[in-house]
Amino acid sequence: MAAGDAVALLGPNGSGKSTLLRILATAARPTAGDARVFGISTQDGDPVRRRVGLLADRAPLYDELTAVENLRFAAAMYGVRASVEDLRAALAEVGLARAAGAKVRTFSQGMLQRLSLARTALQDPDLVLLDEPYNALDVDGVRLVDQLLASARARGKTAILATHHIAKGLAHCSRVITLAGGRVSFDGPAATFAASQAALDAGSWE
Amino acid sequence: MRNEWQRAWAVAWKDLLIERRAKAAFNAMAFFAGLVLLTFGFAFGPDVPAGEAGQGTLLQQLAPGLFWVTILFAGVLALDRSFQVELERGGGALNALRLYPGDRRAIYVGKLVANITIMFVMEMLVCPVAGILYSLDLWPRLPGLAGVAILATTGFAAVGTFYAALTANLRARQVLLPLLMFPVLVPVILAAVKATDLVFHGDAMGELGSWLRLLAAVDVLFLTTCLLVFEFVLEE
Repeated sequence: MAAGDAVALLGPNGSGKSTLLRILATAARPTAGDARVFGISTQDGDPVRRRVGLLADRAPLYDELTAVENLRFAAAMYGVRASVEDLRAALAEVGLARAAGAKVRTFSQGMLQRLSLARTALQDPDLVLLDEPYNALDVDGVRLVDQLLASARARGKTAILATHHIAKGLAHCSRVITLAGGRVSFDGPAATFAASQAALDAGSWE
Repeated sequence: MRNEWQRAWAVAWKDLLIERRAKAAFNAMAFFAGLVLLTFGFAFGPDVPAGEAGQGTLLQQLAPGLFWVTILFAGVLALDRSFQVELERGGGALNALRLYPGDRRAIYVGKLVANITIMFVMEMLVCPVAGILYSLDLWPRLPGLAGVAILATTGFAAVGTFYAALTANLRARQVLLPLLMFPVLVPVILAAVKATDLVFHGDAMGELGSWLRLLAAVDVLFLTTCLLVFEFVLEE
């Protein structure tokens, strides 16, 4: 991938999409071979972690902390200087202004996903890895993910979007990679994907 | 370096705030500690003379050992809880901890500070309860007792935090944590019990300093080793 690219990672459940993202984020080690991000091996760890942000399917949040406190902790860990007002503004951007002081254990799945989005935006990584970001989101939430992706691309950030929403993947990404059984079954421009066998194998376009 | 201290502080702040609100570890520890102290009190009886064991009652003679048995076993609950909070919501927080940039030793230091704080608070509650149940005159011995507690708790928490991270992802972690931890902690336990005994029953031979130096040396050894290898412990 070139810097600034956006790639849609498609494939059925168990095809290896999340595993690939976890390897690129240094959360897992490849069983064979090597993965490189910005020319740095993921085995090197920290230099890669400084430039990669992963929006995982499991929310990295603490139930007993409020939304603001969760963001405050993430900001401290990322080394981002942010006042409480900045954090409240970040929450307002994802539609959680009213829930800023509420404990996360009272949040619905969609609110958790929105808070995870705010957390990823706070980090502002050079490479954004999104693992099923549309899960559990309502229409406004889906629009937020779209905005996050568009904003990242506009600022020259690189993005990989692993999703079952083929239409969303094609809308945001210029390149499509499909996985089947842990192997690449299609790799090409989004424009040629629709007519390929991989598109037929990919199943639902809903 | 300043950033790493800030990150360590962030982890400690987060853990202490969660514990203050949920009180999951503290309630379990306090209940367990109270139960153990009471059980020993009933088992040995408050008025049974020490006989050949020394002056005073049998409970007073055994108090240093009973105190540390209570603290150590209750402490396991806090140590187990310290990484359990990262496993909420399917372990997403633990994964995120692994992915934060910077030196992972900051995470260890933060967790260690939180664990030591929680254990100190518990010790401050257990001490007067033990004093009342076992008829111990604590006040004049408080400075000595505090010195032993600081050194012993630091060593205990240093090893415990390390093994809590190591077993965080294991299904049988609650069984494995004490099994792995206590053999390593033998020097801390022996030195803590012996030093506390000397604080309570007099130090005619001037041995207390040696036991405290041993505790300090073991603390340095444990802290150094754990800091050196913690990076690899957090790997999946």
